[in-house]
Amino acid sequence: MTADFFLSLAQAIAKGLLTGMVYGLMALGLSVVFGVMRIVNFAHGEMMVVGMYLAWMGFEYLQVSPMLSLPLIAILFFAAGYALQRGLISPFINRPEHQQFLLLLAIAILLVNACLAIAGPDLRGVQMEAQFESYELGPLVLDAVRLHAALTAIAIAGLLWLFFTRTRTGKSIRAAADNHTGALVVGLDVRRLYAFTFGVGAACVGAAGALMITIIPVSPFLAVEYTLLAFVIVIVGGLGSMTGALAGGLLIGVSEAVAGLLLQPSLKSMFSFGLLILVLLLRPQGLFGKAGS
Amino acid sequence: MNLVRRLVGNAPPRILWSLGALLALLLIAPALLGKYWLSVLILILYFAYVGQAWNILMGFAGQLSLGHALYAGLGGYIAAGLYFHYGIGPWAGLFAAVAVAATAGAIVGYLGFRFSLAGVYFALLTIAFSEFTRVAFDHWAWAGGSGGLFLKVDATRDIVNLRGGPVLFYYVILALAVGAFILCRALLESRLGRYWLAIREDAEAAQAVGVPVLRCKMIAIVISAALTALAGVWNAFYYNNLFPETAFAMGRSIEITLAPIIGGLGTLFGPVVGAVVLTGLGEAFTDLSDALRISGIKQIFYGLALLVIVVYRPAGVWPWLADKLGLKERQP
Repeated sequence: MTADFFLSLAQAIAKGLLTGMVYGLMALGLSVVFGVMRIVNFAHGEMMVVGMYLAWMGFEYLQVSPMLSLPLIAILFFAAGYALQRGLISPFINRPEHQQFLLLLAIAILLVNACLAIAGPDLRGVQMEAQFESYELGPLVLDAVRLHAALTAIAIAGLLWLFFTRTRTGKSIRAAADNHTGALVVGLDVRRLYAFTFGVGAACVGAAGALMITIIPVSPFLAVEYTLLAFVIVIVGGLGSMTGALAGGLLIGVSEAVAGLLLQPSLKSMFSFGLLILVLLLRPQGLFGKAGS
Repeated sequence: MNLVRRLVGNAPPRILWSLGALLALLLIAPALLGKYWLSVLILILYFAYVGQAWNILMGFAGQLSLGHALYAGLGGYIAAGLYFHYGIGPWAGLFAAVAVAATAGAIVGYLGFRFSLAGVYFALLTIAFSEFTRVAFDHWAWAGGSGGLFLKVDATRDIVNLRGGPVLFYYVILALAVGAFILCRALLESRLGRYWLAIREDAEAAQAVGVPVLRCKMIAIVISAALTALAGVWNAFYYNNLFPETAFAMGRSIEITLAPIIGGLGTLFGPVVGAVVLTGLGEAFTDLSDALRISGIKQIFYGLALLVIVVYRPAGVWPWLADKLGLKERQP
């Protein structure tokens, strides 16, 4: 009895960790954009859903596995994010928050309803061979698709870390985030860097969408849930912190899986929002954020 | 008399005459309009009222709440639950509804303001409370759980229990909208109103010159929550059903914010003008999309309209309109 319980608990935690990696990648996109530009992307979940639909379409109509279409989707999202920042968001960088909110809300409405108009309201998922496979790790059974998705998410997060610490553009972006005026003074093209950042954030969430579709089917109505989920993760981890976003993703992934096991599954989001409230009040910089930032 | 003079204050006579004419027209509107146009007008007044309530917190005191569905939902559920379970009519029930919502507002406000959460962080806190409550109501049997709470539909007019046709609900929401407009004017002209504007512009400076910042913010959120709860009560009895998925949804909260942002934040006429613009656009797009038969197309038009407005009129429609009409509302 207890042995069974601990096994199913360990199973749930393992599942939560794997899903949490994909959550982390999704939240990373939100966190990067906020950390650099101080803009909260209220269209984040909608972008996630668009990424999921693109991967679904590639699979459904062109028989391309989401894992293979992922790089293409990421590039497409980068270009779209870059253009969006250049064209629409840039003038709003220094505007009041409610105006930024309204702008991104309008973008969110457009994205999600474009999905609705094109793909309809039904759940859309992909059927892959790998969904029936699993790996055994001692007594634990890990779904193959979940493991692949998690490993890919880690790899992408690693690439991102290399980009921000090793490349000139990445370092310039961090410089602009630390000190906007200073970056202008030393002659960095901040507008281009911001567009680049938004592109990187969009690419993260697009890639996360391509991974997520291998785990869970998509419908337009999930967009709001993903937006809220991303908010919870980045706040818990620390808005603007990269490690925080990944750790927050893992934490929320595990807590959802465990809450789903111990409580009614429908109560799991109550747990997440309770956690969000506690973190906001007691440690608003997040578990991994720096105080005063 | 003193109060009236303060309310009317230095408003130009032609504004007062226009407002009087508008009010007279609204009072006789049910006799002039058909069923459809009356329902549109009811929607406009609802959004104008609830927008006015939200505007007190955001437009006046500068605190961005994206969780006002919490107060509307609580208000609606309390009044509807009391009527459903114990037969307590809404005129009595609304006191309980307002008390609960105002307490919820005080809790959210105290936690948020005490811990100095500002801007986006405060907004996320309000969303979190609203979502938390949504899931709680999903599992609360007294409130009907996720299956919803239904009031018996009864078209015979019974003002005591707020049962009746659209005309009854029209006059109730009209009274609320007019009342809120006058209240907001009075608030703006009061010392408290000046304090709010000072806090909105620069909270630290306001604190430094002796404005009781925390207390003023608390008063703003409590008044705003209480007024929003009344909208919730009205809404519950007008539509006769309540579901946690819609009553506490983020979409409901966002809906509340749109009229004042589109109309012009912090202005008295902003929520009203915004409600007219948004409801008008919504109805026009409904007709258009019925003709096109593509799901989601109405919302696409709506999103485009929001985009155009926020890009070209970021400060809202009313300040621009007032300028065109040659009326300069004193920028508070």
